[in-house]
Amino acid sequence: MSTAISIEKLSVYFGEHHDLFQAVKNASLSVEQGASFGLVGESGSGKSTILKAITGLAPQWDGHMAIEGADLTHKRDRAFYKTVQMVFQDPYASLHPRHSVDQVLTETLHLHGFDDINNRINKLLLDVGLGPAFRFRYPHQLSGGQRQRVAIARALAPEPDILLLDEPTSALDVSVQAEILNLLSDLRSEHGLTYLMVSHDLAVVAHMCERVAVMQNGEIVEIIDVADMRAGKTTQDYTATLLHASANRVA
Amino acid sequence: MSSQSLTLRQWLLTDTPTSRRQARFAALYKGWLSLRSNHMAMIGLAILVVLVGSAVFAPLLAPHDPFVQNLANRLQPLGTEGHILGTDSLGRDILSRMIYGSRITLYIVALVAMIAPVAGLLVGTVSGYAGGWTDIVLMRITDIFLAFPRLVLALAFVAALGAGIENAVLAISLTAWPPYARMARAETLTIRSSDYISAIRLQGAGPMRIITKHIWPLCISSLIVRVTLDMAGIILAAAGLGFLGLGAQPPSPEWGAMISEGRRFILDHWWIATMPGLAIFAVSLAFNLLGDGLRDVLDPKDSAS
Amino acid sequence: MSTLLDVDNLWVKFPTRNGIFDAVRGVSFSLGRERLGIVGESGSGKSLTGRAILRLIRNPGIVEAGHISLHGENLLDKSEKDMRAIRGEKISMVMQDPKFSLNPVMTVGDQIIEAYRLHAKASKSEAYKKSVEMLEAVAIRDPKRVMKAYPHEMSGGMGQRIMIAMMLIPNPEILIADEPTSALDVSVQGQVLSIMDKLVKDRGMGLLFISHDLNLVSQFCDRVLIMYSGRIVEVCDADKLHEAQHPYTKGLLGSLPKFDEPSDRLQVLTRDPAWRDAPSVEGRA
Repeated sequence: MSTAISIEKLSVYFGEHHDLFQAVKNASLSVEQGASFGLVGESGSGKSTILKAITGLAPQWDGHMAIEGADLTHKRDRAFYKTVQMVFQDPYASLHPRHSVDQVLTETLHLHGFDDINNRINKLLLDVGLGPAFRFRYPHQLSGGQRQRVAIARALAPEPDILLLDEPTSALDVSVQAEILNLLSDLRSEHGLTYLMVSHDLAVVAHMCERVAVMQNGEIVEIIDVADMRAGKTTQDYTATLLHASANRVA
Repeated sequence: MSSQSLTLRQWLLTDTPTSRRQARFAALYKGWLSLRSNHMAMIGLAILVVLVGSAVFAPLLAPHDPFVQNLANRLQPLGTEGHILGTDSLGRDILSRMIYGSRITLYIVALVAMIAPVAGLLVGTVSGYAGGWTDIVLMRITDIFLAFPRLVLALAFVAALGAGIENAVLAISLTAWPPYARMARAETLTIRSSDYISAIRLQGAGPMRIITKHIWPLCISSLIVRVTLDMAGIILAAAGLGFLGLGAQPPSPEWGAMISEGRRFILDHWWIATMPGLAIFAVSLAFNLLGDGLRDVLDPKDSAS
Repeated sequence: MSTLLDVDNLWVKFPTRNGIFDAVRGVSFSLGRERLGIVGESGSGKSLTGRAILRLIRNPGIVEAGHISLHGENLLDKSEKDMRAIRGEKISMVMQDPKFSLNPVMTVGDQIIEAYRLHAKASKSEAYKKSVEMLEAVAIRDPKRVMKAYPHEMSGGMGQRIMIAMMLIPNPEILIADEPTSALDVSVQGQVLSIMDKLVKDRGMGLLFISHDLNLVSQFCDRVLIMYSGRIVEVCDADKLHEAQHPYTKGLLGSLPKFDEPSDRLQVLTRDPAWRDAPSVEGRA
């Protein structure tokens, strides 16, 4: 098996010289092709920042990143976005309020140079369980779960190999979360996708991923198999604290 | 097709449009419905419809030729036989001149509305999206234009290029665009950091596409509102230039120029200056009322309803 | 158990272009000196129920009810001026995000002092002393420093504890908490909840805890009302939530991913239209 994502000694910074803030410190991880890898941690731990650095949305980084064996520079070309796509946390913020589903998908397909746009839109909508009836709706005519399905369809449109999932269900109700997580599992097996998923919810990550990196204050504290985590075989205190807190919500 | 059996209203109000066309019409219709429920805005719209109507049908509506002088019949008061609003110092019918004057007003309004907001939108969104040095340079230029008093800059401009409506419009536009640029930049800054812009960047879209297709549609609604609210000021500025003799030249029936002519007789024959003044007042008010109504309809933050 | 608050046949309606939309449809329940949870998904009307009690539904929303009585006094008959005295003094509310509930240009101390002096006639120094005490009660380490700080200098958990301090300082009888910990990290959630729990217990208050999180409510509350599309579909003891009978409650529980019981697919909730039409279950203890 080959490596889909490999990150070594990645540091990410925000801000300008005098108030430079290091959001990620020396993070290293690697994700095999077809695997599903989780990043967990509390807010401000830098887990989403790693996704931003991979996609080029956080331009101030040093270290080493490679996607499918190809090293990443500070510039991303369109070929990169045909390989790596991202689903955002809040489906209420990730769709343009004045663009219909049809416009969103048409533009995406057009940017990636596809010809049979009409057929592809219908197929994408079917893939994410929406169907053609939703094609001409605007975001405000969709529920949160439906919006997230549109966002997933947009991410699938360029036929990527790798999907970065930034808390894809944290803004949704639990019953809708179940639907979206099932959809993501199905899509992964159908399209042979690799997932890198960020979440603050250990149960969600444990359900979706095989391996997990636990982050705290910008550092990766521990990388652990989900099976080991379930069995409580953690080597770091912080992971144990996190496990305890999410099992017993009322301290 | 099922939509055939529906009434037009149901077809427009559906939450499940079946075509691009229907989705667009439905959005427009819903906007119209909420504008219609605002009575003040509808009054404004009605006045503007009258303005456009009188401009289009001026030759049919005007009882007299606005340029024909009749010195025997000069300075007639209101309600004179054949001259409801009286005549001016050269015996020309004031009502006819006002009706023809609406053409000039509309011309000014349309020209300014085409130049100033477009220039402002362009400068503001580019500046806001690009950031860095582009932003600094463009915004300092904007500041320089903002620092000039409007009428004084317009005066200097007209003085350099010569009097006339076109030059007056250019001068007004030149001083009107900076506030639009400021506003468009502020909006661009918030839109730029939103997830849907990140999402389209992740599809490999370039800055040109993002600015024109994703940022402009969101800025335009608040610009339209701002332009309608500013229209009153623009009409007044044009009238002011006309009054000072730097805008429309006699015998053109521009409202500001008409007031300027009537000024000499204001004590004995008040209606000559008052009637065009009332017209300016009504049209300015109409634009303000409509702008307020449009603000409620077009506010992008309230797109849920 | 003495009843503090009794809500009878509460409706919240919103007129829309396509007729009147009933967001809350005939809900009845009572609250004693207990921790009562209201659980439901977005759009179930749980937050509106909490707001309707304080008459905080904005125009054009309409609140109708048989009665909403606090110690037998119907809140619906009160004038807006009387309601202002009741809000805070008798019934307080903690909202989801402290960032939007605290005034950004006033120091934390000034805001707590103001909240206290609005309801109690106390001197400034007395109010200051009381505020510091209250901040200590919500486990804020350096209360004197926090009093001088502005809201943006606080973390989410601190902000929410300050909100709780502010809401509890006039010593209300009922606290309505609307998703008070949803914006916080799990480890901080525990802290905030245990502080809230202790204060409510010590003072013998009634707590109405509104949340979408079934596990949290089952661990934290005494009794739970489950709401679905504006109605109560089930009432049960919190510790028996996992034995719930209603298919909606069961479906919600089933759709949660379980940390220690891995499965390939999650159970998906299929909604039965009959749930919507069934009459509301009475939530009186």
